[in-house]
Amino acid sequence: MAAPEASVPGAGAFRQVGRLFALAGTVLAMTFRRPFQVRELIQQFWFIASVAILPTALVSIPFGAVIALQVGSLAKQLGAQSLTGGASVLAVVQQASPLIVALLISGAAGSAICADLGSRTIREEMDAMEVMGVSPIQRLVVPRVLACMAVAVLLNGLVSVVGVAGGYFFNVMMQDGTPGAYLASFSALAQLPDLYVSELKALIFGFIAGVVAAYRGLNPSPGPKGVGDAVNQSVVITFLLLFFVNLVLTAIYLEVVPPKGA
Amino acid sequence: MVEGLTKAFGPQTIWRDVTLTLPAGEVSVMLGPSGTGKTVFLKSLIGLLKPETGRVMIDGVDMVNDPDRKVYEARKLFGLMFQDGALFGSLSLFDNIAFPLREHTRKKEKEIRRIVLERMEMVGLGGQEHKLPGQISGGMRKRAGLARALVLDPKIILCDEPDSGLDPVRTAYLSQLLIDVNARIDATMLIVTHNIEIAATVPDNIGMLFRRDLVAFGPREVLLTSEEPVVAQFLHGNRHGPIGMSEEKDAATLAAEAADVRNRVPKRGFEIPPQLRPTEGMPPRAAERRHAERVDGMLPKLPYAAQQAIWANRNHHDGGGRVHGGS
Repeated sequence: MAAPEASVPGAGAFRQVGRLFALAGTVLAMTFRRPFQVRELIQQFWFIASVAILPTALVSIPFGAVIALQVGSLAKQLGAQSLTGGASVLAVVQQASPLIVALLISGAAGSAICADLGSRTIREEMDAMEVMGVSPIQRLVVPRVLACMAVAVLLNGLVSVVGVAGGYFFNVMMQDGTPGAYLASFSALAQLPDLYVSELKALIFGFIAGVVAAYRGLNPSPGPKGVGDAVNQSVVITFLLLFFVNLVLTAIYLEVVPPKGA
Repeated sequence: MVEGLTKAFGPQTIWRDVTLTLPAGEVSVMLGPSGTGKTVFLKSLIGLLKPETGRVMIDGVDMVNDPDRKVYEARKLFGLMFQDGALFGSLSLFDNIAFPLREHTRKKEKEIRRIVLERMEMVGLGGQEHKLPGQISGGMRKRAGLARALVLDPKIILCDEPDSGLDPVRTAYLSQLLIDVNARIDATMLIVTHNIEIAATVPDNIGMLFRRDLVAFGPREVLLTSEEPVVAQFLHGNRHGPIGMSEEKDAATLAAEAADVRNRVPKRGFEIPPQLRPTEGMPPRAAERRHAERVDGMLPKLPYAAQQAIWANRNHHDGGGRVHGGS
């Protein structure tokens, strides 16, 4: 396993990436191995939902409003005021909502998962579990990752609704937009695949947040400080990955699904 | 069971080419100064760490090279007692000890309860089952860790420094407990320690790791009477010898030490205590008979001092009124 480690610059980074992917693969494979940890999954789901739901809702209102205001004033300058609704809804549903959800899940739940797993690792609990013939990945990591994914998908729905409502409120109340035009342009530009891709993104982002948190938690540098560093890194790495993956997914989506009316 | 095992962390070789067979059902002790990789050795046996070369064969499964699925299966044969217990901090002692039963058996909750309480009684933790690991002392955590290791009646029991953090009386009780367990379930046991008291009274066999090598492995009496400088120094807890403060001394220091006459301390005699027996009421240890038969085979080749010690130990036991197999 631990072959003599070559000292090529950058090799360390590739090694980490490789191990991260290996863990992601193992998690996927172990998801379908019995016995499935239902209890742990429900507990984790509840925990993640409880820490993430309030901040997510609170963040999504101003975020929806900012997008609505920005798009609204831009559209006004262009003389396309009647299309404000559609544009801001698309931005919220497709981009803002999955990212907000993933950032908050990573920040609120991922850090907690990473700290929990990390302190268990340095206390040798993981080793003890392996020695007893129980895979910590199956027993602890899989339920956490699945819970992250499920909460992300469900919260994404909430954020979309709250964000759109916030946008509607600000557009109609503060920019004197007409409610009818807002809703009409909404259905003129938006289509169902926009919602599908939003949920798909949330699912993938939830997976990334969960796997990165677990990866850093399972491999902390030794000592209590190592766990602190691992939590920090897990959040930063997740953020970096999220924006990159979001770019790729958006590019693919825009290529694959034709915009409505085109 | 262990063949040509070599383990290195980066450029630092921990030990190389360790080959030994743990005799089935017998109790063995692995001695070694602090920092010679005793714990790493245990973790390699059970497949937590992967040595660079070599094999560890357990019932036909290679713990080093076989796929994870097989290794996990083989691990169910093991009970490992960690240095600090390695209990799950979020579970009570009862749930900790019940964990292997709940994961690997389909026993009813009532039966689990009976087994767990019995084991806790055995290690002297009766009535503490609702405490969390954070609320008890290190010694208690250790004993709880032992109870958890024993709960599945494993075929192979590995103990990582069972004595550290325990007072001498508890250590003696623990030694007796280990022997009783061996008598009851006939498990192969490997105890890693640097406690001479345990090494002298508990095992059938002793091995010693030093300077990246397995210096010796053999019947208890052979090691205890050994003239090998490292072994002798370790047993006597002497400053003079190959073992230095930071692992080992170089040749020059050793030569200077040998030349300095003032350094010569009169060699204290090391009296070999008789081996512990199971407490009254326990079945006799099957391993004792097997060990005796095995030792009989190699007896003529052993050094004179070792032969004498073996006979002394046997006579002591026979004098104790117990029927003795073998010789």
